[in-house]
Amino acid sequence: MSDTTRTSEPSTRRSSVRRAGRARPILLVAAAVYLALMVAWAVLPGLFAHGDPIVGVATDGLQAPSAAHWFGTDATGRDMYTRVVFGSVHTLVTALIAVLFGLVFGTGIGLVAGSVRGVVDAVLMRLVDVLLAVPSLLLSLSIIIVLGFGTTQVAIAVGITSVAAFARLARAEVMRVRAMDYVEAAFASGGSFVSVLLRHVLPNSLTPVIALAALQFGTAILSIAALGFLGYGAPPPTPEWGLMIAEGRNYIATSWWLTTIPGVVVVLTVLAANRISTAISERNRA
Amino acid sequence: MIQKQLAGWNASAPVVEVDGLSIAYSGRTGDTAVLHDVSFSLGRGDTLTLVGESGSGKTTTAQALIGLLAANGRITHGSIRLGGLDVTEWSSKQWLRLRGSHIGLVPQDPHNSLNPVRRIGDSLAEVMNLHRFGNAPATRRRVIELLERVQISEPELRVKQYPHELSGGMKQRVLIASAIAMRPALIIADEPTSALDVTVQKTILDLLDELRAESGTSVLLVTHDLAVAADRATHVIVLKDGRVQEQGPSAAVLWHPQAQYTRALLADAPALSAAVRTSDDVRAQLALSQHAEPVVVVNDLVQVFSRGRTLPGLRAVDSVSFEVRRGMTHALVGESGSGKSTIARAVMGFQKPTSGGILVDGVDMTSVSGQQLRQARRRLQMVYQNPFGSLDPRQSVQQILVEPMSNYRIGSARERQQRMLAALDRVSLPATMAAKRPHEMSGGQRQRVAIARALVLEPTVLVLDEAVSALDVTVQASILELLSEVQRELGTAYLFISHDLAVVRQVAQTMTVLSHGVAVESGITEDVFASPQHPYTVTLLDAIPGRRAQSRAL
Amino acid sequence: MSYILGRIGQAVIVLAIAFTAAFVLLQALPGDALLIKFESPESGLSPDQIALLRDSLGANIPIWQQFFDTLGGFLVGDFGYSVQSGTPVSVIIASALPNTLVLATSAFVVAIVLAVALAVLAQLSWLPWLRTMLRSLPSLFISVPVFWLGIVLIQVFSFRLGWLPVINPGPIEGLIMPVAALALPIAAPMAQVLIRSIDDVLTQPFIAVVRSKGASEWWILSRNVARNAVLPALTIAGLLLGELISGAVITETVFGRAGIGRATEQAVTNQDAPVLQAIVVISAAIFVLVNLLVDLLYPLLDPRLKTIATVNA
Repeated sequence: MSDTTRTSEPSTRRSSVRRAGRARPILLVAAAVYLALMVAWAVLPGLFAHGDPIVGVATDGLQAPSAAHWFGTDATGRDMYTRVVFGSVHTLVTALIAVLFGLVFGTGIGLVAGSVRGVVDAVLMRLVDVLLAVPSLLLSLSIIIVLGFGTTQVAIAVGITSVAAFARLARAEVMRVRAMDYVEAAFASGGSFVSVLLRHVLPNSLTPVIALAALQFGTAILSIAALGFLGYGAPPPTPEWGLMIAEGRNYIATSWWLTTIPGVVVVLTVLAANRISTAISERNRA
Repeated sequence: MIQKQLAGWNASAPVVEVDGLSIAYSGRTGDTAVLHDVSFSLGRGDTLTLVGESGSGKTTTAQALIGLLAANGRITHGSIRLGGLDVTEWSSKQWLRLRGSHIGLVPQDPHNSLNPVRRIGDSLAEVMNLHRFGNAPATRRRVIELLERVQISEPELRVKQYPHELSGGMKQRVLIASAIAMRPALIIADEPTSALDVTVQKTILDLLDELRAESGTSVLLVTHDLAVAADRATHVIVLKDGRVQEQGPSAAVLWHPQAQYTRALLADAPALSAAVRTSDDVRAQLALSQHAEPVVVVNDLVQVFSRGRTLPGLRAVDSVSFEVRRGMTHALVGESGSGKSTIARAVMGFQKPTSGGILVDGVDMTSVSGQQLRQARRRLQMVYQNPFGSLDPRQSVQQILVEPMSNYRIGSARERQQRMLAALDRVSLPATMAAKRPHEMSGGQRQRVAIARALVLEPTVLVLDEAVSALDVTVQASILELLSEVQRELGTAYLFISHDLAVVRQVAQTMTVLSHGVAVESGITEDVFASPQHPYTVTLLDAIPGRRAQSRAL
Repeated sequence: MSYILGRIGQAVIVLAIAFTAAFVLLQALPGDALLIKFESPESGLSPDQIALLRDSLGANIPIWQQFFDTLGGFLVGDFGYSVQSGTPVSVIIASALPNTLVLATSAFVVAIVLAVALAVLAQLSWLPWLRTMLRSLPSLFISVPVFWLGIVLIQVFSFRLGWLPVINPGPIEGLIMPVAALALPIAAPMAQVLIRSIDDVLTQPFIAVVRSKGASEWWILSRNVARNAVLPALTIAGLLLGELISGAVITETVFGRAGIGRATEQAVTNQDAPVLQAIVVISAAIFVLVNLLVDLLYPLLDPRLKTIATVNA
C-alpha cells in the first residue's frame, strides 16, 4: 500500500534553481572555517600574531605586504596583520553584544505583540515603526550622543537599530505559527496558553529569528566599522577595523594595503555571517 | 479568423501518439526514473483519461505532451508525436508555436491560475495576441463570444473584472475559454476540478464534454478520481509508479478490470461502491440507544461573523440542530462556505457561537472556559484535514502522543509510555515509529498518528474535519477502515465533516446536509440517498462522480 | 477611504513619537548642552553671565513648555539655533540639503536601474554559470561597507587609473564616484528581493498557464511577472530609504562633500543637539512620507488590495 498524500508531482523548473543555490556546501564550510578563525584570533590573538598591535618599530614604517609583514605596516611601523588580529576581539564582541541586545528586546517585543495582539500589539508596533523610520546611522549617533563614546555605547547604539527587524520578524513568525493546525490541536489536547506558547509556538518561530541574528551579526559589523571610521567608536590607538581604515586614508595614494586589507577582512567576515544565515533559513525551509 | 495550421501538422493523424515513453528527473543523487515505457494514442474527438494516485506519473505525462517538463526532467526513451509531428526532441522555441494554438491547457487550481493583477479580458486575449488571432476589435469580439460560450453571465462586465472578483467555478470557465480560444486539436485538463466543489465539478466536466462534442477537439483528462474517469472517458489508462497497469476502452477497464491494482482502486473508490448498511440497520441501532442521552446535542446553533460596520453580519451558521449518539457517526455534508467547519470549531469550543446550545457529554460548550473547557476537551478530540499541518514538525511521534497525557497528568511516565505504544498499535503503526518525526512519514502515516493522538485520551467524541479528504483513495480506504474498527471496539462517537457524499455514505449512519449555513435536510443516510427531499440535496447527489457510469452499466 | 485615513493617522502617530523620542533623548536627557559648553573653565564666563545666557536662550523654561515650543517651531520650519555657532538650524539645513538630495536621488535612481537590470539578466541568461554569478553578486555587495567602497573607488579610479580627480572635480565628475559608492550597497538588497520575488512569481500556477499559451520567457517576464514582482520590491525600496540617508552621511564624509552628512558629523562631534534633532526628525519625516506614499500606491498596483480597502471602508 502506498501511503502517500495527494499532492502535485515533482516539479517546476524553478525548484531546480533553488536546489542549485543549496548545492554548494563548500562555500558554507569556507564561511564556517573563516568565522572559526576570526573567533580564534579574538580569543588567542597572541597565538596568531607575535608583534605589538599598539607600539610599532618606527624604522619599519609604510612597508608593503611581504613575508615578514603579511599585511604590510602603517606609518608608525606597526604590523598591520598583528593589528587586524588583535582588532578582531573588539569587533566581534561589540557585534555580539549588539546582536544580543536586538535579539532579546526585539524578539521579546515581537513575541508579546504577536501573541497578545490588540492594543498592546498596536502600541508596540508603532514604537517599532519609529525605530524603523530613523535612519540607522542617525539613530546610533543619537544614542552615542546621549551615552557618550566607547565600546559598550557603540554596541548598544548598533543593537537598538536591529530591534525593529527582530520585532517585526518575531511577530510575523508567532502569528504564522499560531495559525497552524498543530497549535490548535495542542489546545485541543488540553494544553494551556503558556504551555502551548512555550512548547509549540516559540520553538517553531525561532529558526528564522536565529537566521536573522546571523544576518544582523554581519550588519552590526558593518555599522561598528562605519562608526569607528567616523571616529565615534573606540579611540586610537585601538586596532579597530573601521578606525584602521580611517587612519589609512591619509596614505591612500601610496600605501593601498592600509585601507584595502582591513576592508577585505570586514567584507569576508560579513559574507561569512550572511552565508551561515542563509544556510540556517534554507535548512528550516527544507 | 481561420487558424493558421502549423507546417507538418496532419489533421488526419491521431492527435497524440506516445510510444515507449520513459522520463527521468535528475537530482543530486542521480537520475530518478518516473515514467517507464508508456504507450498510447488519442484520436480526434476522443477523451482519454490518465488515472493514478500521487507519484503515478500522470502529471509528468501531461507535462511532456505540452513540452513543459520540469527543467530537471528529460525524456530518456521513446517518442511523442502530435498531429503526426515528432516533437520528442523539440527545442523550447519550436514548442512556442504549438502551445496555445494546437494544444490548450486547463490547469488544476483555478484559484491561482489567472494573473491576479490582470483583468479577465486581458488574460483571455493573451493567447490570441500570442498567436496573432486578429486585430484588437476582432479579439475583443472573440473574448466576449468565448465567455458566452462557457456560460459566463454578463461577459461585458466580466472582462473588466479581476480574478479575485470571480468564484472558483467562473475562473475555471475563463481558463477553459482561454484553452479553446484558438480552437486547438487537443485540450489537456490536469485535475481540472479537484480544487472545486462537487456541484461545480460536474458543470465544468459537462462543459468540457460539450466542447469536445461540438468541435471535435480531443481531451486528455488527468485525474486521481476513478469515478470521474468512469463518467467521462472513452479510453482509460491506469498508472502506478510510472508504469501502465491497465489500459483500454473505459467500460472494459472499469467493469472488467484485469490488473490487480485496478481492482484494488475500484474496490477502494467510495463513489463506485454500494451501500454498506441499510436504513433498517440504522433504525435498529437508533432504537437500541433510544433511552441513552446523545453524546453531542447541537441545538439551534447560530454563528454570525461581523463584516465591518457597513455590511450586515454574515450568518455562517443559521439555526442548525443535530445529535450524535454514542458509538455512531453523524455526518455534516456541504460545499465550501456551507458552515460545516464553523460548526466543528464551535463544538470543539474554539469559538463561542452567537446563540444556541452545544452539549457534549452533558457539558455545555457555549458557557465553559478556562479549566472547565480544558477538562471538557478531554472527552472531545479532533482530527484535521491536512496531516502536514496538524503535527508539530519539531516533535517526535512519541512526544506528540505523550503530550495530551502529560497535559492531563494521566499516569506515571511508564504508563504513558505503554499507552503511547498501545495507541500506535491501535492505528497499526509499528513501535519503531515512535522515534520518527512528521517529515519522515508519509501522509497516511501522519494521519494515523493524528488519530492516535486523538484516541490516546480515550474520548467519547471524535470530530473528524475532512479527515480523509487529502488522502489518496487507497490510503483513504485504509483510514476509513481503521476508523470503523476503532468505533466498533471503543464505541467512540464521530462527528464526520466532509464534502464527499460517497465517503459519507460509507461511514455515517445519520447525516445533515448544509447549504449556506442552513441545514436543508437531515436524517438516516440511506434514506437521504434513496429519497432526497430538498432540491439542493438532489443536486448534490446528482453531482457525485461515477453515478453516470453506474447507471450506464445497469 | 478609511484605509487611507488610517494609514495617514498611523504616519502622524509615528512622527509624533519620533519627535518626542528625539526631544527627550537629545534635549531633555543630556541636561543642557549649554552647561557643557560654557560652564567649563575655558569659556571664561562668570556664573552671572551664564545665567543671563541661559535666560536669553530660553533654557530656564520648564521642560514641557520647551517641548511644545520646539514642536510648534518644527511645525512651521523653525528648528531653533545651533548651540555651536548660534546660526538658525533651518539655515544650516537649507544650505546642506540640496547637495545631499542630489547625491541621494541620483544614487537611488542608479540603484533601481542596477537592481532591475541585474534581476532581469539573472533570469534571462541561459548560461548556468552566468546565472549563478549574477545571482551571487548582490550578497557580495551587501557585505561591503559604504565608506570602504568609496575609498577603494578613489584608490582605483583617481590614483591608479587617474580617470577622476578627487580634488576640485567638476559638478558631474565629482558626483560619479560618490553615487557609485552609495548606489551599489543599496542596489544589492533591492536586486536580492527582486530576484527572489521573480522566482516566487515564476513558481505560481498562473505562469504555467501563460507558458501553455505559447508565451516566450521574455513575454512571461515582461507582461506577467513584472507587475507582480514589483510589489515586494517597492516595499523594500521604501525601507531602504533609511539606508540611503545613512549611506549619504558616510559617503559625504569619505568624499569630503558638503551636505547633511557633514552637518551631522559636526553636530555629533560638538554635541550640537538642536542640529542633530532637526536632522533626525526631518529624516524620519521623509522616511514616513515616502513609505506612506508606497502604501497608498499599493492598491493601485494590486487590484486585490483595492477591494480589501473598499470593503473595510
